[in-house]
Amino acid sequence: MSWFRKKKYPPFWETYKECFKGKQNAEFEKIRFVIFDTETTGLDIKKDRILSIGTIAVIDKNIKVSDSLESYLTQDLFNVETVKIHGILKQGTIHKVTEQEGIIQFLEHIKNAVLVAHHAAFDVAMINQALKRLNLPKLKNKVLDTGHLFVKSKLDTSKKHFSLNELSLRFNIPQHDRHTASGDAYITAILFVKLLCVLKKKNTVLSLSYLQRSNERIGLL
Amino acid sequence: MNTIAKRISDFLKDFPPFNMLPKDELLAISKAVDILYLEKDSDLFITGTPIKNQFYVVKDGAIGLFEEETNTLVDECDEGDIFGLRALIRKDSYKLTAKALEESIVYSLSAELFENYITTNSEASAFLMTSFVSNTRYTEPNSQKQHQSSEKIQDFFEEQSIDFSKNPIHCSPETSIKAAAIIMTHKRVGSIIITENNKPLGIITDKDLRIKIATGLVSIEESVTKIMSSPIITYPENITVAEAQIAMLKYKITHLCITKDGTPNSDLTGILSEHDIIVVRENNASALVKEVKRTSTPEQLHQIRKRAEQLLKRYIKQQIPIAFATKILSAINESITQKIIDQAIKEMPTPPPTAFAWLAIGSQGREEQLLLTDQDNALVFNDVDENEYKKTQQYFLTLAQKINQKLEIVGFELCPANMMASNPAWCLSVSQWEQQFKKWITTPDQDNLMLCSIFFDFEFVYGDKNLVSSLAESIFESIESRDIFLTYLGLNALKNPPPLSFFRQFLVERDGEHKDQFDIKARAMMPLVDAARLLILSKNIKTHNNTIVRYEKLAELEPQNKEVFLACLEAFKNLLYFRTQQGLLHNDSGRFIDLQTLSKANRLELKNCFKAVKEVQDLIQTRFKLSQFL
Repeated sequence: MSWFRKKKYPPFWETYKECFKGKQNAEFEKIRFVIFDTETTGLDIKKDRILSIGTIAVIDKNIKVSDSLESYLTQDLFNVETVKIHGILKQGTIHKVTEQEGIIQFLEHIKNAVLVAHHAAFDVAMINQALKRLNLPKLKNKVLDTGHLFVKSKLDTSKKHFSLNELSLRFNIPQHDRHTASGDAYITAILFVKLLCVLKKKNTVLSLSYLQRSNERIGLL
Repeated sequence: MNTIAKRISDFLKDFPPFNMLPKDELLAISKAVDILYLEKDSDLFITGTPIKNQFYVVKDGAIGLFEEETNTLVDECDEGDIFGLRALIRKDSYKLTAKALEESIVYSLSAELFENYITTNSEASAFLMTSFVSNTRYTEPNSQKQHQSSEKIQDFFEEQSIDFSKNPIHCSPETSIKAAAIIMTHKRVGSIIITENNKPLGIITDKDLRIKIATGLVSIEESVTKIMSSPIITYPENITVAEAQIAMLKYKITHLCITKDGTPNSDLTGILSEHDIIVVRENNASALVKEVKRTSTPEQLHQIRKRAEQLLKRYIKQQIPIAFATKILSAINESITQKIIDQAIKEMPTPPPTAFAWLAIGSQGREEQLLLTDQDNALVFNDVDENEYKKTQQYFLTLAQKINQKLEIVGFELCPANMMASNPAWCLSVSQWEQQFKKWITTPDQDNLMLCSIFFDFEFVYGDKNLVSSLAESIFESIESRDIFLTYLGLNALKNPPPLSFFRQFLVERDGEHKDQFDIKARAMMPLVDAARLLILSKNIKTHNNTIVRYEKLAELEPQNKEVFLACLEAFKNLLYFRTQQGLLHNDSGRFIDLQTLSKANRLELKNCFKAVKEVQDLIQTRFKLSQFL
């Protein structure tokens, strides 16, 4: 029956999917986190496009420069307004790849890592939207949000939203290369490691499920 | 594109040996970096554990290397310093424990990649080899520090080494006595050494000529060996004054031969006469003070002050404790000032109309002035009838003007802020001073606080000491009646926080002549001086002006904070030492330090000084409840 037949996906997606088979690594020290950031033409998930993706891996609180990705995507849509933020020109000297190539590189790189981003929902949605344009399902990775982890630390209960700027000032992280995907991914990585140290003090054994648990629900219980 | 790796290589390229590598190689190393974040007190590696195939470079913060057994800090690495490489090269387990002294970020570098590039780069490998060979990290900690406390020091004069005459006049054993006497006359020396193959055999002095020749005992045609004193007494080159004096007394001689190894069997290198000892004596402190009393012109005093500077140079070179050096130099400065006041009074048409006292204020008052800096002084005179006041003040102003001018000739520059006794605001009667002081402490704005803090450190120099004591008492009474004043003074003491966390790029002066230099006075010494003054005032102690003495007293009064105060004391001594050293080096006040000229050990000590500043400032902040004002 045709509508039960499994949809046929390109090999790179199948390879990506393979990574999630079998038991995931339970030991916290061995978990591979991939901290990532996207620079986009704007904030509209449907209309705007990804300009660049920057990632860097963290394993056992070590930030691995060797395990990182920095890619720039060609784009049809171009927003003059955001150029002054990210500085990526439509035609520039940086080597660029198509959206499809960019996504393929990204999936090959992240594998089954736990993704970490600041205000992750937006970046994940942007990637998922790009996947959708390629007729692919959504990302399968677990996701952590450094904004959420900071709220969880209860270091500041005055509000629920803290920008990467505010937090990097607070945690004394030098703000080099801000508003490049790699630069922001790097800042987020340091923030993530520092937050793990803070949270470890509250909870002697860190676990993924603890980090993922929403604060709201804890409040309700 | 690799933004992050590029950022890392940008950082590394400023530090050896990375600065010796080509760009592409450095970038390749940077691409393989792991970035580690270490919380304060967390370990990076522990003694005895097997080495990792990595070595480390501090990006931010500071890592301490500890000897595990004794838990002593062997080395402290800050921004750009490499560690963990030694174990790697030895291919051995870690000999030390690396612990984060403060929150730190550390780059962990692949040893393999590095080795590949280093072995092919002769410059970089040479750097690493020499830095390992010349490394002093395993010497006794604090070995350069002096442990003597100021009380134990009597007079370091005895322990100084002497400059002896090099290239002494000598002749062969075949020389006739007459020929030798002609040489001595020609060279205008009182002795001649008889040498063979440059080894000393004996000596002839004027005395021998008098006793053995002039009496007709020996003919002048005989060879010198006939009358020379032999064997000869020899000493090594580093002989001290005390040793030389003892030797001369013991052997009843006036000349000592100096040879390479101190025995008569090695090469002759010099001769030391009684006269050389007298020269050292003349330039010693008490001799200088005596000489001050004999001089009559400011120009002569200027020469004495110059010799005092030579004395200071020698003290610094021989690492004589700075507390001792300050006492000596202050004593010399004080006697120079007294002499000048005597002279100035003589030049006045009439003797002083009433009793007065001359005060040194600021650093001179604290007796911490080693190098020539500007003069800060004040004058207080006895209360007089109201209708006499103007005339009396005018007399003392004229006198003060003379004194200030003469001091300038000696080498003490006029105070650019005009804090001198020739300024009508600094030349007042006792009750006028009291009023002025009340005004300062009731309106403690920035200027008045500064005036207070300068004036608080006054030291009596000349005149009627009773005037000073009564002034001091009234000052303390007015402070006691206004608690809030100490709070202001506290805020003032905290206005220069130590540049602790940005050591390598620490706050150097941004513009002007002293760009890229560090203001050691404003940023490190004044905070310690201010803190000591505030704390000692809050204890209501009137007699201690000197910062070192103040901290000693504080440590005694508050055993619970003893460590902090002793750290401050050490820090202040070190800073004073640095400043003097730099000042002598560059022939200025030593206030601005060029960071590039400091050795690693000096930088480490400076950093420790900042820690002391921070600790005492924290203490003040808590004690005077200042956090609400900051």
